[in-house]
Amino acid sequence: MLDRPGAITGAVSTPRQHDSGHKHVAGRAIYIDDMPEPPGLLHVYFGTSSEAHARIAALDLAPVRAAEGVAAVFTAADIPGENDISPTHRHDEPILATDAVHFAGQPIFAVAARTRDQARRAARLANVTYEPLAAALSIEAAKPAGAMVTEPLTLVRGDADAAMGTAPRSLTGQMRIGGQDHFYLEGQIALALPGEDDEVTVYSSTQHPSEIQIMVAQTLDVPANAVTVEVRRMGGAFGGKETQGNLFAVVAALVAKKTGRAAKVRPDRDDDMIITGKRHDFLVDYAVGFDDDGRIMGVDMTYAARCGWSSDLSGPVTDRSLFHADNCYFYPHVRLASQPLKTNTVSNTAFRGFGGPQGMLGGERLIEEIAFATTKDPLEIRKLNLYGPGERSLTPYHQAVEETTARDIIETLEGSSDYWMRREEIDAYNSRSRVLKRGLALTPVKFGIAFTATHYNQAGALVHIYRDGSIHLNHGGTEMGQGLYVKVAQVVAEEFQVDIDRVRITATTTGKVPNTSATAASAGSDLNGMAAQAAARTIKNRLIAFAAEAWDVPPDQIAFLPGRVRIGQQDVPFAKFIGRAYMARISLSSTGFYKTPKIHWDRAKGRGRPFHYFAYGAACSEVCVDTLTGEYKVERVDILHDVGNSLNPAVDMGQIEGGFVQGMGWLTTEELWWDDKGHLRTHAPSTYKIPACGDRPRVFNVRMVHGVRNSEETIYRSKAVGEPPLMLAISVLHALSDAVASVAGHRLCPRLDPPATPERVLQTIDRLRAEDAAA
Amino acid sequence: MPTVSMTVNGQPAAGEVEGRTLLVEFLREHLGLTGTHVGCDTSQCGACVVHVDGKSVKSCTLLAVQAVGTEVTTIEGLATNGTLHPVQAAFKEHHGLQCGFCTPGMVMSAVDLLSQNASPSEPEIREWLEGNICRCTGYHNIVKAIDAAAQAMKG
Ligand code: FES
Ligand code: FES
Repeated sequence: MLDRPGAITGAVSTPRQHDSGHKHVAGRAIYIDDMPEPPGLLHVYFGTSSEAHARIAALDLAPVRAAEGVAAVFTAADIPGENDISPTHRHDEPILATDAVHFAGQPIFAVAARTRDQARRAARLANVTYEPLAAALSIEAAKPAGAMVTEPLTLVRGDADAAMGTAPRSLTGQMRIGGQDHFYLEGQIALALPGEDDEVTVYSSTQHPSEIQIMVAQTLDVPANAVTVEVRRMGGAFGGKETQGNLFAVVAALVAKKTGRAAKVRPDRDDDMIITGKRHDFLVDYAVGFDDDGRIMGVDMTYAARCGWSSDLSGPVTDRSLFHADNCYFYPHVRLASQPLKTNTVSNTAFRGFGGPQGMLGGERLIEEIAFATTKDPLEIRKLNLYGPGERSLTPYHQAVEETTARDIIETLEGSSDYWMRREEIDAYNSRSRVLKRGLALTPVKFGIAFTATHYNQAGALVHIYRDGSIHLNHGGTEMGQGLYVKVAQVVAEEFQVDIDRVRITATTTGKVPNTSATAASAGSDLNGMAAQAAARTIKNRLIAFAAEAWDVPPDQIAFLPGRVRIGQQDVPFAKFIGRAYMARISLSSTGFYKTPKIHWDRAKGRGRPFHYFAYGAACSEVCVDTLTGEYKVERVDILHDVGNSLNPAVDMGQIEGGFVQGMGWLTTEELWWDDKGHLRTHAPSTYKIPACGDRPRVFNVRMVHGVRNSEETIYRSKAVGEPPLMLAISVLHALSDAVASVAGHRLCPRLDPPATPERVLQTIDRLRAEDAAA
Repeated sequence: MPTVSMTVNGQPAAGEVEGRTLLVEFLREHLGLTGTHVGCDTSQCGACVVHVDGKSVKSCTLLAVQAVGTEVTTIEGLATNGTLHPVQAAFKEHHGLQCGFCTPGMVMSAVDLLSQNASPSEPEIREWLEGNICRCTGYHNIVKAIDAAAQAMKG
């Protein structure tokens, strides 16, 4: 859809370009590291632990203090307030280590120097004496003792044991799921400027300015109103800046207030990867009972996660993995349990999908297992087990799945991707081809939209109209490249029927909109779009009342038309109308507020409606595997994804394409590897391989479901799109599995665990061949 | 400290730097040309690509002293008289960016590609961009933008 003639530019549902696009291409978009450096700026670097778990017997910082350019060195003892940045306030995440360290890379002290180079060099000069303690580095190591960072969750509906006992068939297995580094191109960064009295301003690359504000306040022991946090844009985040920016921001603020000088913290890429949390890796134990057709009767799954040394967001992340263990499938009897395990590794955190993708992988593994057990095509098993009407609509958490969107999308894609024809063709190819084997898979996605912590589902916005008719827009959402700013500006342009250029998008700051939630859970435009609309409508209602009185016409004869306001028979240009309203002393500024309706969740009972609605999609992927080397190519991907009535189809397409490729990286090439001392050895792009340009599928057909509005009352009936597309990449893993299975005549389920690196593909091929020969 | 001088975006530029100062540091910190980004510090992400004597170079791989006497073009110098270079215009037009952090390096790489090969095939574009990482877009619109720019430049 293009801008309609006579209509405003940048209306809702038009493919408006990113609001900063013209600046990005010219190198004029300012990220925090691009801001002019204030005079006297100090650069701050961390001294970090070399041990995964140890008592600090002695800490000698004299050589650090004596190093060239060093202005000050800070330890936990220098923190005036709380030495804790646990986002859930569990007091388990010291900013700087005190008597013990809990992972290799944990910050112990911070050094501030004139240049970044001086700070980095000085940070290496400390003499730390460690007394090593026993370290649990992996899920396997942590499982026996079972120490957890937070309370586990169990979801139970029906009697899974009994159902599996009576089911004609059953099987058990285990699946390992790898983690993922965010690899936002702009690393973590914070710049703090000391203010008057106890005030401080922090520029932080964060998805959650309000949390940074609280963390800085409690670190400095000042009220929140002394702290202002601002972020105009991030160079990518993906969940990695939901809580992980806290450390850098509070230390920048600490240094600024202690020294009275501006302070900047920017770790280099390797340190960023070593210090900050990642997507959780999981070990899933599963048992499933089913009938001879492949219909699931009972499911029992335990999701053990490596959470790292502190809780961070691991509670809600592991909860969300359980919420997505069903994907689109009805489990008549089910028991799902999480194990958020404490380990001596970096504290894992939010990452696009927030545990949901891992949950979904478990559910899709069940489907695959059943397909091999019943010698059916996995797609048949998928369709057989989809949610249906009545009692087949209940999720393990008792929210009903009322719509048939999953089935509709699967069936449309089944046709448009020629699934069955290609299945036959690929089977024939594989029987001819000795070395190269192709694989095909079609997998769906159902993703729940809303924060599971109900109180997070609120948002605020602030809209001013200046007397010349130009509009100032602010809201609590942050821009990380996802196009939130332009989408919300489109909403405001639409409300006032003005060209979007009239709407000035301004940096997110705690000084304008308070108590905001993280821009996360895909909820950015759902929440902030609604809040901005509310603010705009408040002003509009005042304007309508004003016009009705001033022109003496009934309110229903006043309408906001493109660029003008129709009052009775008369059209007044927008700017002129606003000028009149100002002269008549009409308030032209308003806040707006929104809270998501309908949601509730009782965690203790495992019951409720945690999600406002579900977003759906499906992908069909085809791969070709070289069975001699394990290397492979993704040949073709067809995607059909549901975004409701899109606020901005161009931005949404970008989210689908980018999310898919990022998910593909997670499941194929991105492998995190720690050595037996707990040191992360994949801490740079040299060893940690995110998708490069050549990795994208050769044929990539991406479509959005057309003409389907969200049945819930979301902003212009759109649907959230940030996270769901990542899980479309599960089809690539299953296509690889399908190709691998052909080496054993599809007699054995390959149990190919992600990341399916070429090495792992090759190992799986060898194992399958050996097992098949033995059978 | 050595003094370096070179031409940057058509203007003479000079400064006193330490011998170990990287070109990217000279550009960002001494000249305030912050459009050139640092994504990895280790010559792998391509966010810092500039042109040195017309060839694309990762400016975190080069010392400032190695660039003495050269003509350096950064992303800020690509537009002429306020008109975007066709590659810049195409990245904007075809949504070849999300967070934008990789964009300056991508654009500079792509301009060099098109100066060597006026009509690259899609595989050629992909291969050329192996040294430029984008975490946001999935590369689809980046390839599309470069293809469109190639068409536009042929007129
Ligand atoms: S910063 Fe130069 S290649 Fe990454
Ligand atoms: S647009 Fe974000 S890294 Fe490319």
